[in-house]
Amino acid sequence: MIGQIFQITLLSLRNLPSRFGSSSVIIVGIGGVVGVLVAILAMAKGFEASMSRAGQPDRAIVMRGGSTSELSSGMGPGEMAVVGSWSEVTAASGELYLVADVPKRSNQSLANLAIRGVEQPAFEIRPEISIVEGRPFETGRTEMIAGRGAVAEFEGVETGSTIELRNSTWTIVGMFEADGSVYESEVWADLATAQSIFRREGGVSSMRVRLASPDVADVLSQRMEDDPRLDLTLTGEDEYFRNQSQQLTVLIESFGYGVAAIMAVGAIFAALNTMYTAVSTRTVEIATLRALGFGGMPVVASVVLEALLLALLGGAIGAAVAYFGFNGWTVSTLGGSFSQVAFDFAVTPDLLVFGIVWAVGLGLIGGLFPAVRAARLPITTALRGE
Amino acid sequence: MKAIGLVWSNLGRKQVRTILTVMSVLVAFMLFTYLRAVAVAFSSGGFGEAGIDRLVVSPKYSIIDPLPVNHQQQIATVAGVEAVTHADWFGGIYQEPRNFFPKFPVDPDGYFALYPELVIPPEQLAAFRDTRTGAVASAGLAERYGWSIGDRIPIEGDIYPKRDGSRLWEFDLVGIYRGQPDDPDPGVFLFQYDYFDEARQFGHGGVGWFIVRVGDPDRAAEIASAIDAMFENSINATRTATEDDSQREFAKQFGNIGLITTGILGAVFFTILLLTANTMAQALRERIPELAVLKTFGFTDGTVGSLVLAEAILLCVAGGALGIGVAVGTQGVISAAVEQVIGPIEITLPIVAQGLGLAAGLGVVVGSVPALTARRLAIVDALRERQA
Repeated sequence: MIGQIFQITLLSLRNLPSRFGSSSVIIVGIGGVVGVLVAILAMAKGFEASMSRAGQPDRAIVMRGGSTSELSSGMGPGEMAVVGSWSEVTAASGELYLVADVPKRSNQSLANLAIRGVEQPAFEIRPEISIVEGRPFETGRTEMIAGRGAVAEFEGVETGSTIELRNSTWTIVGMFEADGSVYESEVWADLATAQSIFRREGGVSSMRVRLASPDVADVLSQRMEDDPRLDLTLTGEDEYFRNQSQQLTVLIESFGYGVAAIMAVGAIFAALNTMYTAVSTRTVEIATLRALGFGGMPVVASVVLEALLLALLGGAIGAAVAYFGFNGWTVSTLGGSFSQVAFDFAVTPDLLVFGIVWAVGLGLIGGLFPAVRAARLPITTALRGE
Repeated sequence: MKAIGLVWSNLGRKQVRTILTVMSVLVAFMLFTYLRAVAVAFSSGGFGEAGIDRLVVSPKYSIIDPLPVNHQQQIATVAGVEAVTHADWFGGIYQEPRNFFPKFPVDPDGYFALYPELVIPPEQLAAFRDTRTGAVASAGLAERYGWSIGDRIPIEGDIYPKRDGSRLWEFDLVGIYRGQPDDPDPGVFLFQYDYFDEARQFGHGGVGWFIVRVGDPDRAAEIASAIDAMFENSINATRTATEDDSQREFAKQFGNIGLITTGILGAVFFTILLLTANTMAQALRERIPELAVLKTFGFTDGTVGSLVLAEAILLCVAGGALGIGVAVGTQGVISAAVEQVIGPIEITLPIVAQGLGLAAGLGVVVGSVPALTARRLAIVDALRERQA
C-alpha cells in the first residue's frame, strides 16, 4: 500500500504545476496565518525577554508597602538607612524613578522616558551594565547616560547631545547596554543631582539591593513586616519584572492567537476550496486509478499529502517572512511602570517550529475532507465524466 | 431583472465552492471589523466621542508631576474659558490587580458639569456631593463587579496611603452614571477630591490635570496658549491640548496600533484577493461555452461582462456583509473578553460602512479581469472550445 501511496502522490505532484494558480491559494493563505502568528508571538517574546533579563534572583526591590511599581513608590532616608544596615544586604542603591515627556523618534509625539537616579552601588548590583560609548556620568554634575533602547526610541539622548528636563539642561555623556534588558530603555543620572533638580530632596522611589543569597528574601520580608518603623515590601527583582510584563505579554499573545485563529478558519476554507477543486478536476484520473485496482486509502493519502506539502511550503514562507521581516525589529510600548519599554522582536526557533506545526495542522484539515470525497467517488459515474 | 436571476443561478452552480468562498470572505471581514474596532478603541479615550469644546491642562514635563489645585482659579480667569474642573489618577487595586479600572478623585459638581454626556440622576449627584466618602461608578463597572447603591467598596491605595498609614480606602457607592446610549461605557470610578486630599498621607493640594470648557471651539488653540503662557515661568508649568489631541497622544504611547492592524489586514486581504480572484477565474473558465451561447442569443458584450462582474461583487459583498454581521452579533462577547485589558470595543457605523465599501471594492478588483475576458469572448472561438 505504501507503494501505491507513493505512486499516486507522485502522479498528483507531477501535474501540480498545471493547478498552480489554485494551489497558490493554500500557500499564500497558510503563509499569511503563520507569518502573522509568528510575528505577533515574536513581539510578545521580545517584550517578555527584555523584562525578564532585567530580573535576577539575588537582587531585590524595596518599595513602600503596597506599591506595585517603582513609579508610585516612595521612601525616606530613615528607611533606607535601616535596610542598608542589614548584613544580608551586600550592596544597596537608593533610586529615584521618574518619567518625563520626551519626543519619540518615530512620530515626534511626546512619550514617557524613564529616568533613574542611582547611587554608585547601582553598578555593582547590576554588573551587566556596561558603557559602550562615551563615559559614565560624574556625581554632582547634570550628566546622564542613556540605554541603547532609549537612544533608539527617543530624540536627543544620543551621546554628546543635551536634553532639557524641567528647566535644567543635562548632557548625555555615554550610552550603556544591559544585556538587552528593560534597563536599556532608561536614562541614568546621579541620585543626588536628580533629587535636587526634580525636587525630591532626600526621598527615593525604591531601593535596589543585592542579597547575600536569594533565600534571605523571605527573612527580610518578615523583618520588614515585624518592624513597626518600616512600611516597606521587598520583592525579588525577577518576580517584580515578571509581574510587570505578564499582563502585556498575555495581551499580545492572546491577540496573536485570536487573529491567527480567525485567519486560520479563513485559510481552511481556502484550502478546502482548492483541494475540492483539485479533486474535481482529477475526477476521471482518480476514477481510472480506482478502476485499475488502486485502493481508496492511497487516494486519500495522496490528496492529504499534496495539501500537506502545499501547507508546509506556505508555512515555511510565512515563517521566513516573519523572521526576515521582523526579527530584531526594535519597537517600544508603554510598560508596567508607565514608561516606554524598547524591545526587539524575537523570532526564536521554537516560534518558527510552532508556526510550521500550525501550517501542518491547517493543511491536514484542508486536505482530509476533499480526500475522503475523492476516495468515495463512484467509479462508474466518475469515469463517465460527471 | 432577469440578469440578477442569472447571476444567482451561476453562484448556485457549484454550491460548495460558492459557500467556501463566501465563508473565507466572511472571515476576512469579521477580522477587519474587530481589528478596526480595536484600533478605534485605542485611539479614543474612555469618554467616547471627545468633546470638541474641552481642553486638558496637564503638567508640562511629566505626567507624574502634580499641579497645584489653585491653578483652577487662575485658569478660570482666562478669556474664553467657561468652566474648569480637575481630576487625578488614584491608581488603586480593587480586590486584585487584574480588576483594572481608572479611579479619579474629582469635584462632584464640577466634573459632571464638564462632562454633560455623563448622565446621573440629580438625587444621586446630590448624594455624591453630600457624602464625604461617596463614590459613583459607571453602569458598566457596577454591572461587572455586581455593585449596587449602598455598597461599601474597598480599594487598596498602591500610590496613596492614608494619613494613618493604612492603605485601605473605603468608598460608599451613592450613584451610578451612564454614558450616552451609543457611546461605550465610560468605565471610570469617581470619588470626592476633598475627602481624598484630606485623608491622604502626602501630596496635599495637588491634582493630576484640569479639564476646561471653552465657549468657542474655534478659539481652542488660542485659549490653550493663553493658559500655558500664564504658568510658563512657574515651577508648575502646564501643557494644554484639546481633549481629542491629548487622548490621541496618550494612545500613541502604546505604539503604532494602527500600523500593526493595517499590516495584519494587508496580509489577510492579499490572501482573500488571491482566493476570490482564483475562484472567479475558475468559474469563468468552466462557463465559457455558456457565455458564448448567451452572446449568440443576443446578449451584448457589455451585458455578459457585467454579469460576470456582478457575480464577483455579489460574492464579496455577501461575504463582507455576513462577516460584519457576525462581528456585530458577537460584539458583546468579544467586548466583554477584551474589556479588562483594552476597555470595551465598539463597532461603529463608520467601520461598517468602510467594511461594505471595501467588500464592494474587492469585488470590483477580483471581478474585473474575468469580466473583461468574458466581454471580449468571440462566439466562434468560445463555442469551438466545447468540442476540445
